[in-house]
Amino acid sequence: MIPLAGSGPRILAILIKEAIQMRRDRLTLAMMMVIPIVQLILFGFAINSDPKHLPTAVYTEENTPVVRALVQSFINSGYYDVTMRSGGPEDSSRRLATREASFVIHIPAGFTRRLIRGERPQMLIEADASDPAASSIAIGRAQAIVDHALSHELKGPLSRQRQQPGPVQVVIQPRYNPEGITQYNIVPGLLGVILTMTLVIITSMAMTRENERGNMENLLAMPARPLEVMIGKIAPYLLMGATQTLIVLLAARFIFNVPFRGPLWTLLLGVLTFIIANLSLGFTFSTIAKTQLQAMQMTFFFFLPSILLSGFMFPFRGMPNWAQYIGEVLPLTHFLRIVRGVMLKGVGIGDIAIEFQALLIFIMVVGTIAILRYRRTLD
Amino acid sequence: MTEIVIDVRGLVKRFGERTVVNGVNIRMPKGQVWGFLGPNGSGKTTTLRMITGLLKPNAGEGACLGHDILRESAAIKRATGYMTQGFSFWSDLTVRENLDFVARVYQLPNRRQVVDEALLKLGLAQRQKQLAGSLSGGWKQRLALAAVTLHRPQLLLLDEPTAGVDPQARRDFWDEIHRLSGTGLTVLVTTHYMDEAERCDRIVCIAQGNLITEGNVADVIAHSGLTTFSASGAGVRRLAPSLKGKPGVEHVAFFGSALHVSGTDSEALRTAISSFKQDADWEEIAPSLEDTFIALMARAGVDLRQQS
Repeated sequence: MIPLAGSGPRILAILIKEAIQMRRDRLTLAMMMVIPIVQLILFGFAINSDPKHLPTAVYTEENTPVVRALVQSFINSGYYDVTMRSGGPEDSSRRLATREASFVIHIPAGFTRRLIRGERPQMLIEADASDPAASSIAIGRAQAIVDHALSHELKGPLSRQRQQPGPVQVVIQPRYNPEGITQYNIVPGLLGVILTMTLVIITSMAMTRENERGNMENLLAMPARPLEVMIGKIAPYLLMGATQTLIVLLAARFIFNVPFRGPLWTLLLGVLTFIIANLSLGFTFSTIAKTQLQAMQMTFFFFLPSILLSGFMFPFRGMPNWAQYIGEVLPLTHFLRIVRGVMLKGVGIGDIAIEFQALLIFIMVVGTIAILRYRRTLD
Repeated sequence: MTEIVIDVRGLVKRFGERTVVNGVNIRMPKGQVWGFLGPNGSGKTTTLRMITGLLKPNAGEGACLGHDILRESAAIKRATGYMTQGFSFWSDLTVRENLDFVARVYQLPNRRQVVDEALLKLGLAQRQKQLAGSLSGGWKQRLALAAVTLHRPQLLLLDEPTAGVDPQARRDFWDEIHRLSGTGLTVLVTTHYMDEAERCDRIVCIAQGNLITEGNVADVIAHSGLTTFSASGAGVRRLAPSLKGKPGVEHVAFFGSALHVSGTDSEALRTAISSFKQDADWEEIAPSLEDTFIALMARAGVDLRQQS
């Protein structure tokens, strides 16, 4: 006997029912259409594994045509955007630590004179190598850029200086992660990703679960105020976030040997702020979504750009401006700067105050929406 | 003068274009048990929700327990027990955990003791560690009643509390309601069941958002102006289709093996059944509450259609 003989009408019946239900669930349908488009745009345009136009500071101790030509050739390469002057070694370190500059090009005094004498002078490029993916290509190009520039500058009688192994010795000093170990960058970042994923999902279910199970009317009939419900629902997950943080930090220390250079309390303050930001967002989703499935979908829709545009997977500076603006809105972007700054660069709260400010603004905006959206009545 | 617990006037609630409650007045004295009768979708639940402050009326005003329903819903919530239609406590908490939660939200002193007493009183003590979701309908309803009376409210609003509950559990439930009422608690309960309506001091009937009538059961029946005949005998089952639609015959319904035929125009009704005299044994009876209720609802439907 043929297994599906005569099944046609019943299959059709189920198919029609599914099609009707699918059409009614507008959000799911929209997700199915929008997600491929968003992914295409993000992967197609925003993500770039060859980051260019990285902010660069120059610290030149002399101003000669050769030095000017060298700096210009770095700009022309497209990898280095020389946008500032460094006032000295300390200033250079500060600019790198605060992410103001990705590179500092240091040309010492007497460079030109020694070049003309054929003494193979040194020039220094200090790089923020905390994210190897962001800095390594530009670093790799440095010697070629210098050699190419000098091939134009050293002409006539000086052309004999264009010998091998090159008239200038480019010394690269990769800071914070000299060995270029990817885990040093990924593991602290993973803390942010884990907190985002788990906490937003869990809190986004907070109110929708009450709605779906018919508890909402009962809760509203009791004398509990919106802020009380919100804090009461969020607080248990603070503890969960704290536990996750402990696990990741212990693994970072003892399994991946990630350095921890900055003050612990700054990191913990950052974690706390970030956890609250995620919990407020999840709670806001839960006041908007009508079902738990919708809450899940909203979380996923938020999670996708968080992973791709925050600088977790791909270098932030490698993205076009519009993608960077979106990235700046995401709490994960700011948390990554805090956690990587404290652990890898040893920065203190003063250096990354702006990231804390961004998180606080996020919490205030999202928290206000949540309180406004929370239904006091059944209207 | 008796204390008035619910005093609302001209309550109106619209959802979009649809008017669900259309100018309802209720003035309910302390310590009574009132039944709120009406078909599905007549606005009973919406009215209860407006009284507790769960919904904002589009028009109308009033007070509940002396607190303004528009502005003082927090105070009303603290002094009212509201049992929602359908079980709305937490099915993944145990019986005890549910009561404990309620006791904490209402900030009851001596929480343990209050919960223990409630468990004992409603016979839930043996089931206190059972998940609420795994209780049968009757036990869920007991738990809900225990939970909404835990904070010793002055007013109890019950929305179809006995739907899906067996007769014994319903009787126990009503005994408890009358016991509570004896302690001065005021109870407003919505129901579809006529026997439950008959247990109330007074009934309020609502249809399509409008109050139709109110009074004690005897008054409501007497004032309905309904005449009812009961037909019995072998041929009554074949009689029903022929009677329907005859002038004066408004309602035809079976009660066991008897057929009840009712109408408001007594003369027309007598004329209508006279042509069927030989088919059954006819007897004029007092209309039951159900006859009255169905007749009132049908008449309200006709009246409202004519108005609009």
